Amino acid sequence: MTLSLGGFLTFAGFLSRFWPSTITGLVLGAVYALVALGYTLVYGVLRLINFANSEVFMLSAFGSFLTIEVLNIPQRLASGGDPIKTGWELVGVLALCLLVSVLIGGLSAVLVERIAYRPLRQRNAPRLVFLISAIGASFAISEAVGEWGPQRRKEYALTKFFKKEQLFKIFGADVYNSNVIVVVGAAIMALALVLFVSKSRVGRGIRAVAQDAETAKLMGVNVDRIILITFLVGGLMAGGAAFLYEIHTPFARYDVGFSIGVKAFTAAVLGGIGNVRGALLGGLLLGLIESWGSSLFGSDQNIGNVAAFVTLVLVLMVRPSGLLGESLGRSKA
Amino acid sequence: MLLEVENLHVFYGRIEAIKGISFTVDEGEIVTLIGANGAGKSTTLKTISGVRPVAQGRIIFEGKDITKMPAHKRTEIGISQAPEGRGIFPGMSVMENLEMGCYVRKDRKSNTRSADLARVFELFPRLAERKTQAGGSMSGGEQQMLAIGRALMARPRVLLLDEPSMGLAPMLIAQIFDIITEINQQGTTVLLVEQNATQALRRADRAYVLETGHVVKSAPADQLLNDPDVQAAYLGGH
Ligand SMILES: Nc1ncnc2c1ncn2[C@@H]1O[C@H](COP(=O)(O)OP(=O)(O)O)[C@@H](O)[C@H]1O
Ligand SMILES: [Mg+2]
Repeated sequence: MTLSLGGFLTFAGFLSRFWPSTITGLVLGAVYALVALGYTLVYGVLRLINFANSEVFMLSAFGSFLTIEVLNIPQRLASGGDPIKTGWELVGVLALCLLVSVLIGGLSAVLVERIAYRPLRQRNAPRLVFLISAIGASFAISEAVGEWGPQRRKEYALTKFFKKEQLFKIFGADVYNSNVIVVVGAAIMALALVLFVSKSRVGRGIRAVAQDAETAKLMGVNVDRIILITFLVGGLMAGGAAFLYEIHTPFARYDVGFSIGVKAFTAAVLGGIGNVRGALLGGLLLGLIESWGSSLFGSDQNIGNVAAFVTLVLVLMVRPSGLLGESLGRSKA
Repeated sequence: MLLEVENLHVFYGRIEAIKGISFTVDEGEIVTLIGANGAGKSTTLKTISGVRPVAQGRIIFEGKDITKMPAHKRTEIGISQAPEGRGIFPGMSVMENLEMGCYVRKDRKSNTRSADLARVFELFPRLAERKTQAGGSMSGGEQQMLAIGRALMARPRVLLLDEPSMGLAPMLIAQIFDIITEINQQGTTVLLVEQNATQALRRADRAYVLETGHVVKSAPADQLLNDPDVQAAYLGGH
């Protein structure tokens, strides 16, 4: 009796928190979706899970933080100055951080490809070796930052460098400027990526390699170059995601990539690994389910994770190749 | 000589698939390599295209040694291939597949490209009707047309065709061979690999017979058509 009443009360609570938790879910989902793109693109061309994608995310997160430090914003806040509120200064700071974050993401992803994977490809290494190299690269980067990074293993938290302001309400739920920046920013990046993959010549090259690498070579596609570009693009997305995540949660640590990476990888599998649209759909769904889950079953974030993974298992039971199934190969984008 | 293959050896791991073959293709010819399944025909074409490494021997194209040239550069200098099994990109439309054919061409945006497209559509009107259809959803014959059309979009100096008749109905086979002859008459050199030896020998100028990685016979095609050994082994014995 008490149990069911308790359950009912939680459910009533869930309904009353539905829109706020939906907004949180969209924000999380936008970040997951961008990171998931990196997993899915690389899987498409190499049939490899690039575990170091999460560390690309982590490096970029540190990159945007360091940029804010270099701009002296924390000192300004410490000496009683205002956080940046609006106007061109905010736009400038955000644009600069995004640029740094994206560049670090792209560059580190390219380095990972060059150092951890290309030498193996040139030696025709077995698949398992690639996997081990992927895990090794992931650990090496995160441990290096843990040992020698700016805050070692401690959390690198930043006083909010800009002021969150409520912009408007949706169905009674507050929508903050940070929410809008994250969702709109992610949407623009995802759209740019979808257009690049589906419309550009190089995007066609990426799809050709994913669908049939040997025939792509016969068409004159430089497969090594396409692989490098694929890592670059995946890294740009992870970099952008890291910056957006920092706006939502201004905190970074040497292992921040891990939890995000697991979610994003899950999102990619949920949507159908290798499938660009699947990664976007999977990311958004996972963010929403996680947020709704923790709202429904209590505020503990772990409950949200449980809900997300239970959903993954259920979906894979019914559709083993994910929601949109087909790989980058078979689908049109 | 447009293409010269000299004493070529190719391995899969420790297994030697091509054991020292030599042959030539002259400008304007149709040359055919015939032989049973597993003789090494596809491996030979793949090696000429640069997607299989050469263990020993040389490949000379227009007088230049290209044995070590990477595959993507070979498309640029004029070697293109419609591979065995057609190799259509299943998730791409007919148009996108054709675009892949001129992926490396420097003048891919110019009028020559539209002229080539027009030529492909003239040879294969069926493709023009199905520009937006996904490659993977087309019939075998249509895919073969697309594979040949795509290879033509590279403006090849030599067109490598790997079993274009495979899995097609007899009517369609005749049609495909007619088109290959027409492409050749328009000035493209053709190196044709076939198990359908009768058709290949009727269309080709010269032929080489491959057996387990060796060239066992080479002669003008019409001569092989009347060769008793070849008839017994490859032409169904009549
Ligand atoms: N990818 C491969 N790995 C190992 N052996 C192969 C591979 N491809 C072909 N072979 C072997 O090489 C030989 C020649 O094959 P192939 O060139 O495909 O012959 P054909 O095209 O004349 O049927 C065969 O013995 C075949 O089993
Ligand atoms: Mg073959």
